[in-house]
Amino acid sequence: MTDTTEVDTTDRRAPTEPGTQDQSSAGKSGRGVNVVAHILLIMWSVLVVLPLVWVLISSFKTTDEVLSSPLSWPDKLQLQNYVNAWTISGIGNYFLNTVIVVGFALVIVMTLGGMCSYVLARFEFPGNRAIYYAMLAGLTFPVFLAIVPLFFILQNIGLLNTLPGLILTYVAFALPFTVFFLHSFFKLLPHEIYEAAKVDGAGEWRTFFTVMLPMAKPGMASVAIFNFLGLWNQFLLPIALNTDMSKYVLTQGMAEFVSQAGYSVDFGALFAAVVITVAPVLVVYIIFQRQLQGSVTAGSLK
Amino acid sequence: MTTRQATATTSRPSQPAGRRRRKPLTFDRVSFFAVFLGLPVVVFAVFVISPFVQAIYYSLTDWTGFSESMNFIGLDNYVRLFNDDIFLKSMRNSILLGLIVPFVTIVLALILATFVTVGGGGTGEVRGLKNSSIYRVVSFFPYTIPGIVIGIIWLQMYDPAAGLLNAALTGIGLDQFANFPWLGDASTAMPASMFVIIWGFVGFYMVLFIAGIRGIDPQVFEAARIDGAGRFRTAVSITIPLIRDSIQTAYIYLGITALDSFVYMAALNPNGGPQNSTLVMSQELFITAFTKGRFGYATSMGVMLAVVTLVFAALVFTVNAITGGWERKARSEKRTDASPVRLVDPTTSRPVDATSAQGEES
Repeated sequence: MTDTTEVDTTDRRAPTEPGTQDQSSAGKSGRGVNVVAHILLIMWSVLVVLPLVWVLISSFKTTDEVLSSPLSWPDKLQLQNYVNAWTISGIGNYFLNTVIVVGFALVIVMTLGGMCSYVLARFEFPGNRAIYYAMLAGLTFPVFLAIVPLFFILQNIGLLNTLPGLILTYVAFALPFTVFFLHSFFKLLPHEIYEAAKVDGAGEWRTFFTVMLPMAKPGMASVAIFNFLGLWNQFLLPIALNTDMSKYVLTQGMAEFVSQAGYSVDFGALFAAVVITVAPVLVVYIIFQRQLQGSVTAGSLK
Repeated sequence: MTTRQATATTSRPSQPAGRRRRKPLTFDRVSFFAVFLGLPVVVFAVFVISPFVQAIYYSLTDWTGFSESMNFIGLDNYVRLFNDDIFLKSMRNSILLGLIVPFVTIVLALILATFVTVGGGGTGEVRGLKNSSIYRVVSFFPYTIPGIVIGIIWLQMYDPAAGLLNAALTGIGLDQFANFPWLGDASTAMPASMFVIIWGFVGFYMVLFIAGIRGIDPQVFEAARIDGAGRFRTAVSITIPLIRDSIQTAYIYLGITALDSFVYMAALNPNGGPQNSTLVMSQELFITAFTKGRFGYATSMGVMLAVVTLVFAALVFTVNAITGGWERKARSEKRTDASPVRLVDPTTSRPVDATSAQGEES
């Protein structure tokens, strides 16, 4: 815990620390740059927010309204689009699948990743470096190289087009990132504590779960956040390995939605589906934005 | 395990445990290694490493996946690749993305990050811009949105008739853009697609760079100011060299993303766009494998994609190393200072405590 708070304070040091005495000495040019800076940052922020707001507004329009004028307001506040998207277009089902797959994959990958990085970071044995570099390679090579053989591996073990198969591949491909980043956290934990636990008679299992793992919590939290986003947004693995429509995840469902081709697309429902996909993560982000940005900060200090 | 050995080890902090002695193979230890190391490594080997290795073999065959016959045809697939106009077009497009997207994204992110961190105050101490955290929070939004949804949002934005972009452009009097097909015109499809990817990533890297810049000792900026360096000069000669590592990491991650680009292109122009102007290698690979069923040929495209990616990464490292020079040293000194090692240091530098505690026990 101390770790993140500590990093957080350094992060905020620059804006808070400087005294106010030079406020008056800031010349006219300073204020000019200040204004330019604000204008540019506002312009970028508008560019980011505007499409999202437009999607939100459009999600309340009927398809006819969407097609007739992009700038108009919806006639009346109607939620029919959301109902259509959730039930008829199956977004509700996809949402549930995504929660199941991402939930299981996240728990498994954090457990396996935590254990693996702990062993790699704190124990010396032949092959240690080889495993570490293999993980690093797994992080660099494009998933596209693996996708065809992966399809047949899953087919051979009967896990193609199943949620467990998808969970397993999610875990495998999130593992290198997890191990790579947790490795440095476990490396930093003081050695004496491990020794002390040993002296107190704790075995390797207990030492890890009751002593080392709790100490690596800040690192675990950061990595978990990034893994969550990465897995929630995963696209290639599901569209290649999970082609059974009843098992679609959200990203697949969204792609399916637009590719239903041409005239029959229910644009009102499409916008509603986008809102349903984006809103939960956005709300979680706004609540946890400080921690998340702290995680980016912590990652950058490596 | 005896106390004496433990004491000997603790006098050398930060040494991995197993280095100095062999521990007895108890059930606890054996099961610990089997589960902690064995399980993850098996999963990783089966689902990540083995497909990568198999891919290289498949790329040398004429395999179509569902048939029994799989003939070894050497490098024929690669020869065919270099005579395949559509694939070459897709490769050019991917490389174009790999060159332009990371560069524009990083430059934009650096400019915005610089404004947030050192935008405020003209003279005296370097100050961040007031009320700037809102920009950070907002700019980061797109990073939380799935790529496919970003693509869909912009597909609607770019829509010739019902999109917001053309409505806004005609609204301010630019009537030539009425019904302009941004994604349907061979000359604009690629730039428009690139913009979408850039839109999605600028905020994330802005936050990363802000963190990097805040990690720099404020005194460095102050010294530059006293020496009369202007804002632009400070950004170019102080900030960028000091956060090189962040920039290098950003370049590699963005490069890998841009060389892939699959998800964005699949949303914006699933069939490769007008005259294949937005067709990328990953799309061509996916179509070849899962639509046409030519698995051997598709994996050879995967190998090419991997080669391009590795060459790109090597290029970034090389350029960074060549232009590194003296700043590298200054930066690494700063990094150690700011890294969390320091936070746990007080504990590690007290081996006496641990020893005495053990002494009491024995």
